[in-house]
Amino acid sequence: MTTTNEIAISAQGLVKRFKGRGGAVTVLEDITLEVKRGETFGLIGPDGAGKSTTTRVILGLLRRDGGRSSVLGHDSMRDVYMIRAESGYIAQQFALPADLTVMENMRFFADLHGIPAKRQKGRIAELLKFAGLTEFTSRPAGRLSGGMKKKLALACSLIHEPQVVLLDEPTLGVDPVSRREFWNLLGNLRAERGLTIFVCTPYMDEAERCNQVGLIYKGRLIARDTPAGIKKMVPGRLLEFKPAQFETARKIVAGLTGVLQVQTYGAMLHPFVDDLELRRKEIEQALTAQGITWSGMRAIQPRMEEAFINLVTRQEEAENG
Amino acid sequence: MAEGHPPAPGPVEADRADPIFAENLTKRFGNFTAVDRVSFRIHPGEVFGWLGPNGAGKTTTIRILLGLIRPTEGRLGVLGFDPVSQTKAMQAQVGYMSQLFTLYNDLTAIENIRFYGRVYGLGREQLVRRQQEIIQMAGLEGREDTLTANLSGGWKQRLALGCAIVHNPRVVFLDEPTAGVDPISRREFWGLIYAMAKKGTTILVTTHYMDEAELCQRVGFINQGRLAAVGTPDELKQTRMRGQVLEIETPEPDRAMRILKEAQARKSLPLEEVALYGAQIHVVVPGAEEYRHPLQELLADANIPVGNLEWIVPTLEDVFISTIRETADEE
Repeated sequence: MTTTNEIAISAQGLVKRFKGRGGAVTVLEDITLEVKRGETFGLIGPDGAGKSTTTRVILGLLRRDGGRSSVLGHDSMRDVYMIRAESGYIAQQFALPADLTVMENMRFFADLHGIPAKRQKGRIAELLKFAGLTEFTSRPAGRLSGGMKKKLALACSLIHEPQVVLLDEPTLGVDPVSRREFWNLLGNLRAERGLTIFVCTPYMDEAERCNQVGLIYKGRLIARDTPAGIKKMVPGRLLEFKPAQFETARKIVAGLTGVLQVQTYGAMLHPFVDDLELRRKEIEQALTAQGITWSGMRAIQPRMEEAFINLVTRQEEAENG
Repeated sequence: MAEGHPPAPGPVEADRADPIFAENLTKRFGNFTAVDRVSFRIHPGEVFGWLGPNGAGKTTTIRILLGLIRPTEGRLGVLGFDPVSQTKAMQAQVGYMSQLFTLYNDLTAIENIRFYGRVYGLGREQLVRRQQEIIQMAGLEGREDTLTANLSGGWKQRLALGCAIVHNPRVVFLDEPTAGVDPISRREFWGLIYAMAKKGTTILVTTHYMDEAELCQRVGFINQGRLAAVGTPDELKQTRMRGQVLEIETPEPDRAMRILKEAQARKSLPLEEVALYGAQIHVVVPGAEEYRHPLQELLADANIPVGNLEWIVPTLEDVFISTIRETADEE
């Protein structure tokens, strides 16, 4: 059994409404999640799903309209200052003062958190080394590459030695090499310091770097589990093939018994089927009967993106009757 | 060749077969070489992915091909035209969609299509037919009169594509067209790309989503202005990956990670990369078979139980990062 002590971030039935033109709009509905200490949790979903709002409500930057939430046992609404002292946060599109150098930025954040001057020196040097920025201490933040800016923001968010960091889309607009480096830094923080990391991201593949993932869509958490656990929620097995007549083939396959869902993937079709061998044969027969050729028929493992699309589509179908 | 010297005269007949080609394409801005002797060919109806880190020269190459900036050196051709000397004639047959979706937010969906249609000089009848085709293609039926500002990301993106191809271009350049769009809309968008390719349109697309790169028929990796590799995703996975990826499953990933990082730092094992993936660790080693056992021993010595220790097929992202590091090491 997990004791309260082991939970770093908790949200129980969180609700958030914004006032819109036509009355209140519910933007978060019944969000429940728990992040254990030392865990990396990924809140994953497309733009507008409610990732930033969830993060801000948890941090106490926005008022909740229902439910409860806390960070390190501190209530998001009552103990905001305790949360501020013990956690780090990088807001979405967060920009560091561009005309300040890397070192000046680090000192600025250290001063903000009231870290005494004699402790600053060692702490800053250590963080710059960790982020690979030691060579760039005198470069203005505005002249760093996109990837280096993100690393500097991460270093600044760790200046007061928080036990938890919440990062809102820290890899947005960053190229794949920098994205990999950033995640490797997060991996090292988890392994070496036991830091609890809460990350929001629109990149489905980043789920694989987390211990636990929450998939959020239209203000609701549609699944919460380990990456492997989420993929197991998807019913059926996945086939892939490239038909010669795409649209016709899609309609034929979607109408067959035992085909649970058909996703498209470029020029390929991805049918989810209840029985791999049986349905594969039936799909091949149905295509042949219509004179449609295909290539590359094979079974594949669904990735997080296929799982996400599957779960979202099924939920929408259920809602629309 | 002198700075600013025009490239060789118009492409010869043989080059017309490939709708896009570049030979030793070079672009220098002062002392900075943005594109460095890049050569490639894109075949008719091909979906070609152009990948590279920020600042690698992707957008510069596209702008040269579009005739927006002049190359310093090299030969190039788009649909048999020389983009430098035959810019107007070429642009009439080329479509371009940038990441910024240059749509007018205060116009409705159909007004945007009409606007672009007139910019491209479509006649009245042609425009009426084309706007219907585009509304249908983009799935915008029923939303023709919605203000563009009120369309969601996926709709806007498909409308932007529709506007970029209103003149039925034979070549389309897409510069990070799916940034910030949800996965379902991205899938639909790639469906449109392949529908265009099937009709013979040639497509060059840049993206930061490596899973999208897997969808391209061929991809080119560009780094620091140079073309580091070209091939199908499968070819690149087989030939360009330096080392192999082993996936380690253990109930104690954090502790195993510390041991492996230490071994990497001490260089007691040649570990190119050690990275945490949730409950697993990915290690890049020169050879999977050769290093499986030493890795098992290393972890056993630290009393870390190991479940699976499997060689896994690298993702295109693994290959991309390996190639970029390799070219960086050669500097």
